[in-house]
Parts: sequence; structure tokens; C-alpha cells
Amino acid sequence: MRQVPLHEVAHSRAGDKGNRLNMSLIPYDPAHYDAIAAQVTEARVLDLFRHRGATKVTRHDLPKLGAFNFVVDDVLEGGVNGSLNLDGHGKTHSFRLLALLVDVP
Amino acid sequence: MQGMSSPFLVGNGAGFSGDRVDAPIPVVRTLIKRGLPAAMFFEVLGERTVALAQLERRRDPELGYEPMLERLLSPILADCFNARIPILGNYGAANPAAAARLVAKLALKLGLPDLKVGLVLGDDVTSTIALDQLPVHEADDSLDMKAARLVAANAYIGAEPLVRALADGADVVVAGRTSDPALAIAPLVHHFGWSWDDWQKIAVGAACGHLLECGSQVTGGVFWDPGFKDIPDPANIGFPIAEVTADGGLVITKAEDTGGLVDLRTVKEQLLYELHDPSAYITPDVVLDISGCSVEQVGKDRVAVHGLTGRARPDTLKVTASFEGTWLGEGEVSVAGPNALARAKATAEVLLQRMTLRGLPVRTRVDLIGVASVHDSDDGALWRGYQGPEPPEVRIRLAAEGADRDAVDQAAREVLALLCCGTAGTGGARWRLTPRILTRSYLVLRERVPTTVSVRTAREIAS
Repeated sequence: MRQVPLHEVAHSRAGDKGNRLNMSLIPYDPAHYDAIAAQVTEARVLDLFRHRGATKVTRHDLPKLGAFNFVVDDVLEGGVNGSLNLDGHGKTHSFRLLALLVDVP
Repeated sequence: MQGMSSPFLVGNGAGFSGDRVDAPIPVVRTLIKRGLPAAMFFEVLGERTVALAQLERRRDPELGYEPMLERLLSPILADCFNARIPILGNYGAANPAAAARLVAKLALKLGLPDLKVGLVLGDDVTSTIALDQLPVHEADDSLDMKAARLVAANAYIGAEPLVRALADGADVVVAGRTSDPALAIAPLVHHFGWSWDDWQKIAVGAACGHLLECGSQVTGGVFWDPGFKDIPDPANIGFPIAEVTADGGLVITKAEDTGGLVDLRTVKEQLLYELHDPSAYITPDVVLDISGCSVEQVGKDRVAVHGLTGRARPDTLKVTASFEGTWLGEGEVSVAGPNALARAKATAEVLLQRMTLRGLPVRTRVDLIGVASVHDSDDGALWRGYQGPEPPEVRIRLAAEGADRDAVDQAAREVLALLCCGTAGTGGARWRLTPRILTRSYLVLRERVPTTVSVRTAREIAS
């Protein structure tokens, strides 16, 4: 096992709807799917966005596609219309997710 | 003559208002070269775009449609007309009738008086539906309905009126607020004659629209990550083309002789873009389920999407209403070189102190761009706790929001004042004031949103 940032073994894209963010998480190598599933949990992703007021994370698993979809509630500081953030859409958050460390075979 | 077993091609020419205006040219060139039946679509309306367009229309009754429309269509209109490639788009925004007049004028200028423009109306429900009687779907928290002033209310209409326009011979279909996937579903239903309750086929159309609606996002845009996900020629990313067969086969590819790429990674990222529950992507025409889908590379820049399913469309349509919001003021200055971080942090504290000293009724936030900003929270938890290396330079940003325009302006100007009153070596001040829009969406029974379609030649419209 070696410890790496998710960025080395997976890619991601973020999108918004109101005050809710979604981020795909896609392992480059299907062999890493289970390791990522075990380590990149809803609780761990919620911790990553708690300083932003996130209240809930739901992970949808798409094993046939080889991807995960994370939905993070209340993380966009009111969403693009109300936020004072430069990135009101939250498009940059995929790379916050990709900074998480994981152990992979 | 191609048989019904040959694919129909759907090309996309824009993924948002502000996209690269030269992108449609290679897409149309590719469609013509391939010689298959085809259509082009342009998706240019974000959630708030219609509201901003409505404000534009208030200033000038002949405006309020996509400002780049003429630039987008001029280089391709004659080629598409001659090759019988219909063009569809929601570029009508808040003023589809004016957009139709612009297209007619452009067609006459290009010597195409017989070009038919199909005008689709009905999405604008600002004056036809009483919002306060509708169930609320989603709303901005900060929206105070007692004080809110409505800008516009538009329903996301489906593909049916677009198909009527195509059936009446429209070469260019001009619509306002449509669902994004409807722009791809419509030419497919028109061409293949799919039944509206053949949910699996309509689901393929919806997936086709979803994958293409953001233009280059499925061909390498917001994908490339140097050294990790490289793409050829990112300055010249080719926009996407879908090949769809009568039985619901779907292959994503792109314009020839362009940059970018289509592979499993780009398609997966876009499949999940702005999606929540993958088994229930709700559109006006179908509820798309991608939870069991898979992707397969079937050639260079060619990816097939399998296993898409659909369920019956909802009885309701989404209406998004926009309201006049507060004012946003922003100001920025830079510091660089030795001790930049300490100067930046001190500047941030002083700006917040100034807000209190002056008693400005605004909500504020400070970012230290280069240290922590986009990932930070309003209280600056990340930059306050920053323990990393000394940054070579930092840009300090103040954002202030409030209902009082003058107070917000004064808050932003406090950043400007730092040019003389700030820390040593403060420079590069910019500040601006922008009005904000708030939105609230509702669900309305689809019967309450009748649409009209009129198809007339450029000559008729201009006369």
C-alpha cells in the first residue's frame, strides 16, 4: 500500500444547483475503485467541507460506470446568488476533494 | 439517401452565454462533410441568464436575447441552410421575438430570404401565472418574499414545441427558456419519429442533450489538468457531436481537425456534471436514469454510452422566478515580496475594522487570494489558520453585500483608500459594484404553460 493524494489516482468535476454541490470522483484504474469506496466516505467528505457549513453528504456509487457522485448540501454559502465567494458556483471544490490522502495498492 | 438505420448527428455550438464564438464553425464543417442528416443546437441560458436578459430588455425593447447571437450564427447560417441542417437554441432568452427578427435580418443579409425561422413562445409566465399559489421547489435562503421585486418567471419547457417548429419546416428554431436536453431531444424525435412515451428512446435523447449541452466540457474543457489529464491543443477544443441511431444507440465524438479529445474520462465527468441522484435526472420530457449505464471507447475520440433508461416524464414543469436582489461590492489590492503574508493579513483586519468604524450596514468577507479564497468560508477560517510557506504575492479581496447601494459602494471604496492608507507596497486597486439576482423555483402543472409556435420566412418576418 502507498499513500497518495486522490489527485494521483482519480479525477473529479464539480457542479452546483442552488446551495448544493455535486462532485464526481472517478478512479483512473478500476482496480482502485474498492479502496477509494472504503476510504472516501460520506463522513470524511463532510469533514472536508464543514468549515463551509456543509450539513450532509450523500455518495451515489456507480460501479458499472466506475465512478462515484458526491452530493454536498448547504456548502455553497447560499449559492451563486447569495454567496460572497469568488467561486459562487463551487467549481473549484473538485480539487479540494482531490487533495484527500488515500492508501492504494 | 441514408436509410433509417444510419445515425442522425447532433452538433453543439455553445455551452453557455460567453462560450468561444468560433466554436460552431468546425462542428458544422464536420456535419456537412459526413453527409448524414444532422442538427445543430446552442445552449446559452444559465439559471440567472434570463433574468439578466430581462433587465437588458427593460433598457431596450429590441434587446434581451443572447448578445453573441449574430456572431455565433453569421459564419454558419448559410452553410446549415444549404445542407438542410436545422439550428435550435434557447438564444431567444428574454426576448425570442427580437431574436427571431435578428435571425431574419441576418438571413436576408446573407441572401437567404426563404430561410424559415420558427419562433417558440410560452416559457415566459411572468404575467400569466400567480407564483404565490405554487408549491416552492427550491429557493435562495436570503430571499425575503415580502420585499422581493419580481424580474421574470420562466418555465423550463420541453421538446414538443421545438418539434412542432421543425415539422413546420423551421431552419432556425428560436426559443427562450427550454430545458437544456430538449434542444437535442427535439431534432431526434423529429427525425426518428420516436413516440413521446417511448421513455428509453427519449432518455437517450436526454442523455445526448445532457452530454452536449455544455459544449467543450465533454471534449476536454474543464477537464485538462497538465501532466495528469493532457489534451491536444486546448486553445482550439473541438465542440461535440453525437451520433444517435433509431434504436437509441449513442456515440459521442467531436468536430474534426480540432483540439481536445473524447474518451471515457471526459464522458464520465460530463455524465455526472450537475447531477444529484443518478437514477433520477428530471427533465420536462423524461426522467433519465444513468445509474446502470456504462461507457465504451469505440474509436479515436468516439465513446459509446450504453444502458440508459428512462421513466415517465413528470406532470409538472419547473418555473424559475428571479427577483431583484441586493448589491455586491468588491475591492481588491495586491502586495508582493518580503513579508507579503503579514502585510496581507494586517490589511484584511484593517478592512474589517473600517467597516465597523464607519458603521456600514453590509455583510462582508475578506479573501487572501494566493493563500485561501475560493475554498475558504466567510469568516476566513482557512487564511487565518494558514501555516504554509510564505507566498510570493497575495491579492486581498473585500466583498460586501447589502440592500443599500451607497453603503455597499462605500465599503468597496475602502479598498481603494488603501492605496494611500494601506501597508507598505500596496498596489493594483480595483473595485466594482454589481446588482444581484435572487431566484426561487416552483412546480406548475404543464397544462398551465401553453406554448405557441410560428414558422415564417425571413422575408415575411422582415416585411
